[in-house]
Amino acid sequence: MKRRNVLKSIGLSSLGLVGLNPQVKASEILDPTLHPGLAPDDKKKDPEFEQFGRTDYEKARDAKLFAEQFFNKHEMKTISMLVDIIIPRDSRSGSATDAGVPDFIEFMAKDKPELQTPLRGGLTWMDNMMKRSHEQDFISCTAAQRIALVEEIAYPKRKKSGMSQGIAFFSLMRNLTASGFWSSKIGIEDIGYMGNTPNQWDGPPEDVVRQYGL
Amino acid sequence: MSDFQIKEAPTVYDVIIIGSGAGGGMAAYELTKAGAKVCLLEAGQHYDPADPKYITQLKWPYQSPRRGANTRYRPFGDFDAAYGGWDIEGEPYTTKGDTKFRWFRSRMLGGRTNHWGRISLRFGPQDFKRRSIDGLGDDWPIGYEEVAPFYDEVDRLIGVFGTNENLPNDPDSIFLPAPKPRLHEMMLLKSNKNLGITTIPSRLSILTKPINDERGVCFYCKQCNRACVAYADFSSSSCLCKPASKTKNMDTIYYAMAREVLTDAKTGLATGVSYVDTLTLEEKTVRGKIVILAASACESARLLLNSKSARFPEGLANSSGVVGKYLHDSTGASRAGIVPALFDRKRYNEDGTGGMHVYSPWWLDNKKLDFPRGYHIEYWGGMGMPAYGFGWGIEDTNGMFPDRNGNKQEAGGYGASLKDDYRRFYGAYIGMAGRGEAVPREDNYCEIDPEQVDKFGIPVLRFHYKWSDYERLQAKHMHETFEQVIRELGGIPMGNKPGADEEYGLNQPGEIIHEVGTIRMGNDTSKSALNKWQQAHDVKNLFVVDAAPFVSQGDKNCTWTILALSMRASRYIVEERKAGNL
Repeated sequence: MKRRNVLKSIGLSSLGLVGLNPQVKASEILDPTLHPGLAPDDKKKDPEFEQFGRTDYEKARDAKLFAEQFFNKHEMKTISMLVDIIIPRDSRSGSATDAGVPDFIEFMAKDKPELQTPLRGGLTWMDNMMKRSHEQDFISCTAAQRIALVEEIAYPKRKKSGMSQGIAFFSLMRNLTASGFWSSKIGIEDIGYMGNTPNQWDGPPEDVVRQYGL
Repeated sequence: MSDFQIKEAPTVYDVIIIGSGAGGGMAAYELTKAGAKVCLLEAGQHYDPADPKYITQLKWPYQSPRRGANTRYRPFGDFDAAYGGWDIEGEPYTTKGDTKFRWFRSRMLGGRTNHWGRISLRFGPQDFKRRSIDGLGDDWPIGYEEVAPFYDEVDRLIGVFGTNENLPNDPDSIFLPAPKPRLHEMMLLKSNKNLGITTIPSRLSILTKPINDERGVCFYCKQCNRACVAYADFSSSSCLCKPASKTKNMDTIYYAMAREVLTDAKTGLATGVSYVDTLTLEEKTVRGKIVILAASACESARLLLNSKSARFPEGLANSSGVVGKYLHDSTGASRAGIVPALFDRKRYNEDGTGGMHVYSPWWLDNKKLDFPRGYHIEYWGGMGMPAYGFGWGIEDTNGMFPDRNGNKQEAGGYGASLKDDYRRFYGAYIGMAGRGEAVPREDNYCEIDPEQVDKFGIPVLRFHYKWSDYERLQAKHMHETFEQVIRELGGIPMGNKPGADEEYGLNQPGEIIHEVGTIRMGNDTSKSALNKWQQAHDVKNLFVVDAAPFVSQGDKNCTWTILALSMRASRYIVEERKAGNL
């Protein structure tokens, strides 16, 4: 059922025959099919970002951030490789780059400037490490060489000497990648979040209650 | 006309109300209904959650380029309804010594009622008489019996769900049906029972049934903090200011930052309010027969302290010297855990209403404990909407558990097994926060900073605030309880239990956004600024209806009591006016 109809039926069922005006109005406002400009699928110059109750100063700030570019091409390529190592494509869903994670990280670096130095510095740290052992930067190395470095920095409990900065950087990348991936359309579908839609709540399903002996 | 001339509106209103949050909204609603001509001053902008240009409800995280992360403008996330925050451009506040105080402000119609968790708890009989019970602080000049009829009316007017539990200090009310508990909440009901921790359906001002034809009912999206398009949750803007405007008895002036309450030098009565138009920086004046402050506890105190004259050299209504003092916020501490029994849960929509469906009101006797005041516990958990921060810190968690095939795995990692961990752990995290009562102290206060002004030229507040062992030991108890709750649930607490060096994890004062007490009421005119009707002892046509008049906080959130007391004060104003006393 469309959002609009669900909302109307909630108003109707709880009142008997008379629909609640605010409920009917809400159902019309929240129905994306009645407001094509509000539909999340509309990709024209990022209108979806402007269409969710932004104040003027927020719109101005977001527009300014979109117009800027923080990471250079080399850094963006490195980020893309790294996020796909962290969250690769599998049988259930696409990879971090499929979900637009590099663009998300680019935006966050501008939105939270305190991320800039740890990210840029961490990317450079990786390139330096690779150049030292393989005389090439991270993206120019072989997949096996890249994984060898990731192995060294992906496990914070190992306490490898000389690697602690790399470990901190990789943890930050892991966390940003997870944020970006799981909050994307692909990630939400994969994780199985089923809310954000008008409905009626009547407690957990019976089989779940039974499963947990409650 | 000269640009420097102070603009004065020709009308003399019956009542001027400063601030449109819970207290101001209720006064506006009551007084316009009684026929008074009201002027409502709001420092911020208009807001209506059903106007598409403001809507954030039912948006997806990917509609925000920051995936719902917080910004300076929306410290509680990109979809939160409240405009303003801890740090507003051009509106600073300062602290004295090593005080750490944080002040959250919302600049919009409805004020901070657009942000809060809709937790709507009555104070109980003991909450008005703490000095009589433990010898600390002061008793209120009124008791529960005097406020109860107004709580009843607020319940009916605004709507609150919950259950009658016959508890001694958490009064039964006129409740709408409470939503059923979510899975982790059902588990908590069971495990907390083993621990003897009272856990009952929460009490939130969200409509689970229609109460009038102005507002719709909840459609269970869990997003009350985004404000409701159907007006199914309470905010002052939607539920009080809007109907007040409809009476045609009220003019609302937006972008009006009140600077000073004006008084007549001869009579000492309030005659109006001087305010700065925040868009033009022009100084303007509005005249009224009665002035009601509802700008928030600290902002109202600031206004009185800035309203100095020959007759009131220490600020208006401050012959007692108490204005700004006895500032106190709720205490706060929190902890999270992970529950392996919930790994790989079956997926279904468990959004429910905004906030928690169950909570724990204070269940112990302080006479048997080493701290004087209680706290309640709020819980979170479930299969929520992923957003910025999702899965953050998984490297602290995933090494504790074997993988899906029972093999030991290392913390952190990458690739397919990491991706799978996020799926397994989804909906298995739970958390809780204690919200407790602090003991009010004269030496916790806000005052006018001797040097700094804001961008409107108005002297700003300076805060001085320290927690005492009363609050620290309470926080210590909270954390011990949190670990018990998590373990009894079969969970593993995450992070470390904070020790004495971290004040047992106490939030900084101000962070819980329950500031009260700065213009307190009382019978003794040397120790209070207001009488029991929230009328200034020194200025009979001046009232305060936000949380500034509170003598103490209770281990409850303050909104429902602000509403009941504002209604009570407004009725008193109408009666006094009819009797010719005002």
